[in-house]
This record gives sequence, structure tokens and C-alpha cells, in this order.
Amino acid sequence: MATKPDLASSQQPTGMTPIVKTVVRFAIGIIFMFGWYIIIYGHLTPGGGFAGGTILACGYVILTLAFGKELALRKMSDMAASIIDNTCALLFVTVAMIGFAFGAFFLNFPPHGTPFNLVSAGVIPLYNILIGLKVTSSLFAIFLALSIFGRFVSKLVDEAEEEE
Amino acid sequence: MIETYLIALLIFMIVGSIIAIETKNLLSSVISCGIVGAAVSIAFLMLAAPDIAITQVVVEILVLVILIRATIVIDNTAIEAHWDTFAVVSSLIFFGLFLVFAFLAVQDLPRFGHPLMRVSQQYLETGLQKTGAANIVASVVLDFRAYDTLGEATVIFVSILGAFVILRRRGRKRRTEADVEKVGILSEEEIREHNGDIRE
Amino acid sequence: MILYFLTLVLFVMGVYCLIAKKNIIKKIIGLTITDYAINLFIILIGYRANGIAPIMFKNMTMQELTERGVDPLPQALVLTSIVIGLGVLSMMTAICLRLYEKYKTFDMSEINRLKG
Repeated sequence: MATKPDLASSQQPTGMTPIVKTVVRFAIGIIFMFGWYIIIYGHLTPGGGFAGGTILACGYVILTLAFGKELALRKMSDMAASIIDNTCALLFVTVAMIGFAFGAFFLNFPPHGTPFNLVSAGVIPLYNILIGLKVTSSLFAIFLALSIFGRFVSKLVDEAEEEE
Repeated sequence: MIETYLIALLIFMIVGSIIAIETKNLLSSVISCGIVGAAVSIAFLMLAAPDIAITQVVVEILVLVILIRATIVIDNTAIEAHWDTFAVVSSLIFFGLFLVFAFLAVQDLPRFGHPLMRVSQQYLETGLQKTGAANIVASVVLDFRAYDTLGEATVIFVSILGAFVILRRRGRKRRTEADVEKVGILSEEEIREHNGDIRE
Repeated sequence: MILYFLTLVLFVMGVYCLIAKKNIIKKIIGLTITDYAINLFIILIGYRANGIAPIMFKNMTMQELTERGVDPLPQALVLTSIVIGLGVLSMMTAICLRLYEKYKTFDMSEINRLKG
């Protein structure tokens, strides 16, 4: 995932001040690592797909706010976000459908393994990862849409006022 | 003991919400709303619900960012109150009645600290053996009640779809070339298409 | 009892803001506060005195979890409800942006007047 933005080389100054950029450069790796930890250990410790996915979305939002939208769009474009969103939703239903082969919808069909291991609890970690990716991509996509289209609206309004 | 802390926290929340409702400046209003969210997150932590505390604090940050970035930066003018007497008076009367009846109804709920746990006791006892997940909340969300999670995924999918449809660029008034450059996230083909429109 | 009642007061605050305020962003804030109050109410009902989080750790016995663990079911439902609240809020914000683009104001009474 996105860890080390090479914004020092970018020519046009976008985003916030160098102080914010430096802090974000140090913090962003930790934020993504924490989000993935929350998702992957969701069946053993507090957390899960929803919380971890929102943390990852916050990481992308920080990138967008600090470095401007070009870098964030390079890391995850709006098209990629919607494709990940749809794919994860479909995979979620597909894994649930596979349960039909073993008896019932949403059946926890794989062997459960020993408790307190990372690979245990059957299908729950898989669901966690799918939901985490889905929440990440959809929340980031909506933030992108709102902020960029919002800017667009404000610029249009400014121009209309100038014309008047 | 925990009850005292929670009452103090709730009074803090109510004060924060009064500030959020009544202040003129929209930015302070949004930030006060964030304060209420942070206090709710602390209350969840005290009520032994760490899963929700994590989710609440992160979601509340995103709410703040979305509200400020998408709306406040556009228009921050305080709206002068055209005092709508009918709406205010009728809603105040309604809320007085609501609170009286709520006070009566609350007496019949199970006492704080002694919940009814007919189904949940079963989840607590058999959750670890049946699903193998140490986090019982995760086993309820993704195994016992996975239908709810499917519904949630559908709801968030539909809401994102709705927002995209509402904000879409196609089907609106024709853009000039300068506008296309300003948006910046159009693909090459879309820009070419727009240019074609303009040439027509 | 007083805890439940105070939560309902918070709920009423949110609904009052939703009804009586003219600014659309104030209305969104009111709905968010209502959301918080309902979530908090549901979790309060599921709390058990001297409770622990419903999570099993290695050094815990099964008996300790079943006797002291708080209700996991409201926590699971509220977990989904919080994220749904975020989705609903973003959709409302989108609608607000379109309204602003059309009417150039966030004032609800102004929008009503312009429409009529």
C-alpha cells in the first residue's frame, strides 16, 4: 500500500505547508499498518472490517488533504476505487453463496482451526478483509467525489458572480 | 461509580449539542458536533464496547472532514434567523410531551446494569465453539447475523451510488473546455468527447 | 433511569435542530446528533454491571466470559448502524451540494421562496 510519497520532487506546490507534509510522511505508514492490523486481527482483538476500513479511508483522506488530489488519485484513482468496491461486494456474496454447497447460506464452512490463532474461525477473517476493502474504497470514493465536485461547484458559483 | 461518570459525560454531550445547535458560526457548530461524537466514543469505551469505540472515533473524524471540506469551504455565511414561531413553539410542545412520556416509559425498561440476555447468553456461551472466533462481536456480525452485514453492505453501496448519481457530470448543462480542464479527473477520452461537443 | 432519560434529551436536541433550524448544514448536524443518541441508548441497554468486553483472551476462563461479558448483540447492530450513518450523511451532503449549485444558498426558507 501507499507508504512513501515522493512529493519532494513534485514541481507545482499543492496541498498544505511543509510541516504538515513532513508529519504526514512519517505518520502515513503507521496509519496504514494500523488499519491493516485492525482488519486482519478482527476476529481476535477489538476491531474488524468496518473499523479498519474506515481507518484506511482516513489514511487516503489525509494523503488527499496534505498533498493535493493528484497524489491520492495516483495511489487509488476514482475508477479503481469503484472497481474494488464492486468486486468486494460481489466476492462477499459469492463466498456466502459457496455455503450453499455445504448446506446453508452464510455457512461457516471451512474448518475452524484452533482458537486464538491468526488463521482460525473459518471464513470470518476473509469476510473481514473483503468488508474492509469495500468500506475503504467506497468511503474514499465518496470523499473524492464530494470534495472535488464541491470545488467545482464553488468555482462555477464564483464565475457566475464575477459575470454578474 | 460508572453511572456517575456517564451522567457527567452525557451532560457534557448535551451542552455540546446545545452549542452546536445554537451558535451562529457554522464552523464552530460542526466542531461542537465533533465534540459530541468524541464524548460518545468515550462512553462506548466505558461501557465495555471497544469495537464500537474504535469505529465511532474514526467515523466521527470522517464526518468532520466531509462536512468541513465539502460544505463549509463553499459557503460559511451565518443565516439570519427568520424566527419561525409556529415551528419552534409546536416542536417545543411536542418535545415536552415526548419527554414526559419517555420518562414514564423508561421506568419499564430493564434497570441499568441488568440487561435481558436470553439470546445473547447463548451467543456468549457457544460463540467460541461454533465459530472459532475469540471476538464474540465479530462472530455475531459475520456468522450468526451475517444477513444484517449483507444488508449494511447493500445500504452503503446504494448510498455511494446515489451520491455519484446526484453529483454526476453527464446529463447536465454543457461544459466549456476550460471547465473540463478545471475538474482534472476526467480521462483522456472524456476530454476528447467534451471537445467534440464543443466543436459541434 | 436518569441515564436513559438524558440520552433521550440528547435525541430531542437533535430532532429540534432538524425541525426548527433553517440552515441545511445545521439540519445535517441535527441528524448526526440524533444518530449518536440512538446508538448510545442501544449500547446502554446492553450493559451489564461490572461487565467486561465480550472478547475471549487466552488467560480467561469460559465461565468468566459468560458471567461478566456484556451483551454482544446490540454492539453488533450498532457497529453496522454507525457506518450506515456515514453513508447517509455523505448522500445528504451530495444533495446539499446540488441544491447549492441550483439556488446559490444553504438557507431552507430562501430555497422554498425561490421555488414558489
